[in-house]
Amino acid sequence: MNLQVLTYITVGITFLIYIAIAIWSRASSTKEFYIAGAHVPPLANGLATAADWMSAASFISMAGIVSYMGRDGSVYLMGWTGGYVLLALMIAPYLRDFGKFTVPDFIGDRYYSQFARMVAVVCAIFVSFTYVAGQMRGVGVVFSRFLEVDINLGVLIGMGIVFFYAVLGGMKGITYTQVAQYCVLIFAYMVPAVFISILMTGNIIPQLGFGAELNDSFGGGYLLDRLDGLHEELGFAAYTEGVRSNLDVLFITAALIMGTAGLPHVIIRFFTVPSVRAARKSAGYAILFIAILYTTAPAIAAFARTNLINTVNNAEYVSMPGWFKTWENTSLIRFEDKNGDGLIQYVADAEVNELTVDRDIIVLANPEIAKLPNWVIALVAAGGLAAALSTAAGLLLVISTAISHDLLKRNLMPDISEKQELSFARIAILFAVCVAGYFGINPPGFVAQVVAFAFGLAASSFFPAIVLGIFSTRMNREGAISGMIAGIVFTATYIIYFKFINPAADTATNWWLGISPEGIGTLGMLINFAVAIGVCRLTAEPPQEIKDMVLDIRVPGKPD
Amino acid sequence: MQKDDNKYWQENIRILTVLLGIWFVVSFLMSVIFVDQLDAIRIGGFKLGFWMAQQGSIYVYVIIVFVYLKLMDKLDHKHHHDEKDILAQEEAEELSQ
Repeated sequence: MNLQVLTYITVGITFLIYIAIAIWSRASSTKEFYIAGAHVPPLANGLATAADWMSAASFISMAGIVSYMGRDGSVYLMGWTGGYVLLALMIAPYLRDFGKFTVPDFIGDRYYSQFARMVAVVCAIFVSFTYVAGQMRGVGVVFSRFLEVDINLGVLIGMGIVFFYAVLGGMKGITYTQVAQYCVLIFAYMVPAVFISILMTGNIIPQLGFGAELNDSFGGGYLLDRLDGLHEELGFAAYTEGVRSNLDVLFITAALIMGTAGLPHVIIRFFTVPSVRAARKSAGYAILFIAILYTTAPAIAAFARTNLINTVNNAEYVSMPGWFKTWENTSLIRFEDKNGDGLIQYVADAEVNELTVDRDIIVLANPEIAKLPNWVIALVAAGGLAAALSTAAGLLLVISTAISHDLLKRNLMPDISEKQELSFARIAILFAVCVAGYFGINPPGFVAQVVAFAFGLAASSFFPAIVLGIFSTRMNREGAISGMIAGIVFTATYIIYFKFINPAADTATNWWLGISPEGIGTLGMLINFAVAIGVCRLTAEPPQEIKDMVLDIRVPGKPD
Repeated sequence: MQKDDNKYWQENIRILTVLLGIWFVVSFLMSVIFVDQLDAIRIGGFKLGFWMAQQGSIYVYVIIVFVYLKLMDKLDHKHHHDEKDILAQEEAEELSQ
């Protein structure tokens, strides 16, 4: 069957599934809309959390990034998984026991302050919008590449689908569509990976093929040794060795880890389970399901890199396989025959190099490079869409609850009825979908830069405030607020300076202590902790009922 | 009751300290700071430091979270914070009122 028709059918079927789930799981109360009635079983929540977490960036771009960065790419692999250990051990069980709806709920109540609540609301909205713009763009990109529709039309279709199930079902609809989306995306990710592993090493498990010997047709020898050799030949740094300083790698990894643990759309997922034990258990399932993709990604990265270099380097341009031409048309692959010899020179030296390959190719074109059947390619399109839509929905819900619950119900309009609050929540999601769609169609040039911002902010604001709120009964309003503000201001200033005011200076020699803007959130977090503890010592203790509340969330309470 | 809650919390902190200690060693010491030294050791086609940074650390994360679940189940059971116990307590309180 024609690839295009097959892709339409595959994507169409997955969309029908999502819509059917939405109709089945309509929300009728704010509790259902915000936290799926706290009735989600741990396994389902683990699956939903994994889909919520793994975005278009994880699915489409990550293997490509690792493929180009080699060992330095580990910052993303560890940074985007290690946070789940902190979530599971230090945050999720206690916030579940606290038993409210949102992260600003906890910050506002624990620090008995509307101001703290508003700081949390602004951070939650900012972080979520930053993130969701990229997802909508991802939807558009997948549509335009695989279904050959206009990128803007792709964004609009994506908006329509998310809008339908998010507005109808709220968290309940989102949760069960995310369960389906995880299944689609992990299947779509693993099938090509397994095929490529068999093709190149004869091992059916990509994680093992990663460290195995290559088949004779690929030159034999261990895959990673071969890759290091190829890199050396072409003048790139060895694949298994790093270029960045250890200190910078440490700070970036830590910032991504603490950021992950502080992201509201992830934390909020643990409010949806019935008990503290269920929260712990679903965190276990979540990291397990995430680990399946995250341990496969670096294997794909190494396979694809080797395969790519083998295929293109010093090969004749005219004899390139079909996929090369297809992706050249989308300008994700660009070839310029500088020395006019008709051969492709792919080397580190920019003067001599003739080939530019977009990193997204690694996942998107992988099935074609490995000559896999058409249905696998169609599956990758559906998987990319599932990854982008599931994350977008989770983020939109955070924005909606921040407005209808934290801003209106808990602050500006405490007298509205539940029914009115539910209507506001639905209007807020409509508004959020439109803003996200706008950013998807007119992407601000700074999307890539603001992702560092989102993690830096989450790490330097939410993470310390939540952890101190649980592990210290003495932490008070004054300490938490001044800590959050110090952390945010420091981190934001550093990132804004290097990314927006003076991007030319964004090199290792100018960085403070050699820490890149991507890693500065770690320092911001330490500053937050230091300021919070210092100010807390000098100011009044929190009221007794707050201390009692903290003691109470430390011990598992009644399940829902 | 208050005293028992205190003890429960102390033991919880001890579990966290050990598990987060392992987490720290695996993430930051083995995968970042001493990665080049570990690379001298080879397991099959992998250098150990590289493997820790791109594979091993993630496997350890999964194990840590499931070990935590088991240890906390045991601790909850010891201090009668099992889900069944909590529900039974609630019922007893309601009956006595």
